[in-house]
Amino acid sequence: MELLRVEGRARPVSKIAATAGYYAGVVGICIPFVFVFLWMVMGALKTQVQNTAYPPLWIFAPTLENFRKVFVANHFWMFIQNSIIVSGGATLVALALGLPAAHAIARYRQRGIALGILVARMAPHLSYVVPFFILFQRLGWIDTYLCMILSHLVITLPIVVWIMIGAFEDVPLELEEAARIDGCSRWRVFTRISLPVCRTALATAIILSFIFSWNNFIFALILTGPERRTLPVAVFNFITSDEIDWGGLSAAATLITLPILLLILLVQRHIVRGLTAGGLKE
Amino acid sequence: MANRTDLKAGITPAVTAPRAARPGEFFERHFGYLLPLPAALSIALLIIFPLAFNVYMSLQTWFVSSATPPKFVGLRNFVEIFGKDARFWNSMWITAEFTVVTVLLELVLGLLIAVYLHRDFRGRGVVRTVMLLPMVSTPVAVALIWVIMFNPSLGILNYLLSLLGLKPLLWLGHPQTALPSLIFMDVWKWTPFMVLILHAGLQSLPLTPFEAALIDGASRWQLFRYVTLPLLRPTVAVALIFRTMDSLKTFDTIYVMTEGGPNNASEVLNIYVFQTGFKYFHIGYASALAVILIIFVFAVNLLLIRVRERSWSY
Repeated sequence: MELLRVEGRARPVSKIAATAGYYAGVVGICIPFVFVFLWMVMGALKTQVQNTAYPPLWIFAPTLENFRKVFVANHFWMFIQNSIIVSGGATLVALALGLPAAHAIARYRQRGIALGILVARMAPHLSYVVPFFILFQRLGWIDTYLCMILSHLVITLPIVVWIMIGAFEDVPLELEEAARIDGCSRWRVFTRISLPVCRTALATAIILSFIFSWNNFIFALILTGPERRTLPVAVFNFITSDEIDWGGLSAAATLITLPILLLILLVQRHIVRGLTAGGLKE
Repeated sequence: MANRTDLKAGITPAVTAPRAARPGEFFERHFGYLLPLPAALSIALLIIFPLAFNVYMSLQTWFVSSATPPKFVGLRNFVEIFGKDARFWNSMWITAEFTVVTVLLELVLGLLIAVYLHRDFRGRGVVRTVMLLPMVSTPVAVALIWVIMFNPSLGILNYLLSLLGLKPLLWLGHPQTALPSLIFMDVWKWTPFMVLILHAGLQSLPLTPFEAALIDGASRWQLFRYVTLPLLRPTVAVALIFRTMDSLKTFDTIYVMTEGGPNNASEVLNIYVFQTGFKYFHIGYASALAVILIIFVFAVNLLLIRVRERSWSY
């Protein structure tokens, strides 16, 4: 953009130097953000002795022992399974409820519901913990998938609805009208025309909804016991023991981060729009 | 199912709608209301139930462990909170400090980085992925890595300080540095969010004002100050609202890294509500705090949205 392209008369040599300097700046900006993850992976590949060495070790013989330990001693498969069921379930329910709602808001001007979703988006999760805990305790649902999926709707439903409102609004009206004239019912217009047109936004909504449910800590902290604990609480428990197992902790943190990295690589172009859905309107 | 009454003149339905199609007919006619009904009901439940519960419980005194049912005490919890509870006022102050400092730092840094990256260069996709990682990664997981890095005796951060010839810090372990350390971590996690939004905003700006200003001989700084910034204001407003909304919600990272300590030096209102409810099991009092939290968060958000609507049409 013009702002940074003002210089035009510079000589080639200084131009090359300027470009190199610019890239150095870009790398410099990225270093802090990458470093934490690099340190995490390095910690996961070090033994406890290497991890607690001072000054910190940069070069060492990597070991996979921490990962083995995490799976063997810490029931990690169970927590992974729990996390997948809870996040997947909460995302599916949010889609079933949220997609029709988003379509209705976009096409039938149901603004009241949009406002309700915004309220749910703003509400601090700490205002839910006491009511949810007492309610699910009375129902005997503590430590079940059901109570976890229900509570995670607080996270997933607003994400799905806000992203999809924008997407459904962008579907050309002519397209839907043409289908109506050809005899499609309103329901079929929604499922056969609008939804397929919005598949990119749909993918973004699914992935963001899954990630933010996957990341959620507080509901699992109060609503699960040993049976249905999800990954964030399982990872957190590494620190509550007397001596912190740095390698195991790093390995667990790496394992919980890996799926997120893979998921965002799929939709990274659309994530920024997704994260501010409902906010950026031209 | 295909024939509908609203087909306009000229196309006569081959068959008049048969009686058997009643349910479909009903669904079709009230489609706009029936479609969002399940979501509307769940949203109502998700909002109304906790709110009603908190308000009801805030007027009681009750411990989870106690055998007796909740006892109605009127507004006594609130009187105590506002009148005598120094820990509450401390947490309000810390919440304000945490939110204001993190959001402003993230905005300034985000703006600087976004402007710097606003240029065609190879590897933009890689930079974008790098920026996405901190904000979508699991807060608990990255917070724990930061705990390792903040470790006063073995951590990498004190090692880096020593390379610069600076004294080691206690970071999370000292009342004076605990909150700044948490802010530091939050700035790391959320500055990329500002970068990505503002960068998208910069790219959608029209070119004409810049060309006009250049022709008029504006300097780079003048361009930035008098063209870029005003044009970017709506994007900045949106970024600020989203960040404030989420900064007020911060719980995971603080709970994992300091649990509000040491000496409540980093105890935001969220943590205080949690401790009251799940450490002391004082449910009535925790609900009263939660009601205050809800009102506080909504007041701040509505204020921001108002301000944004004002400054939207400049």
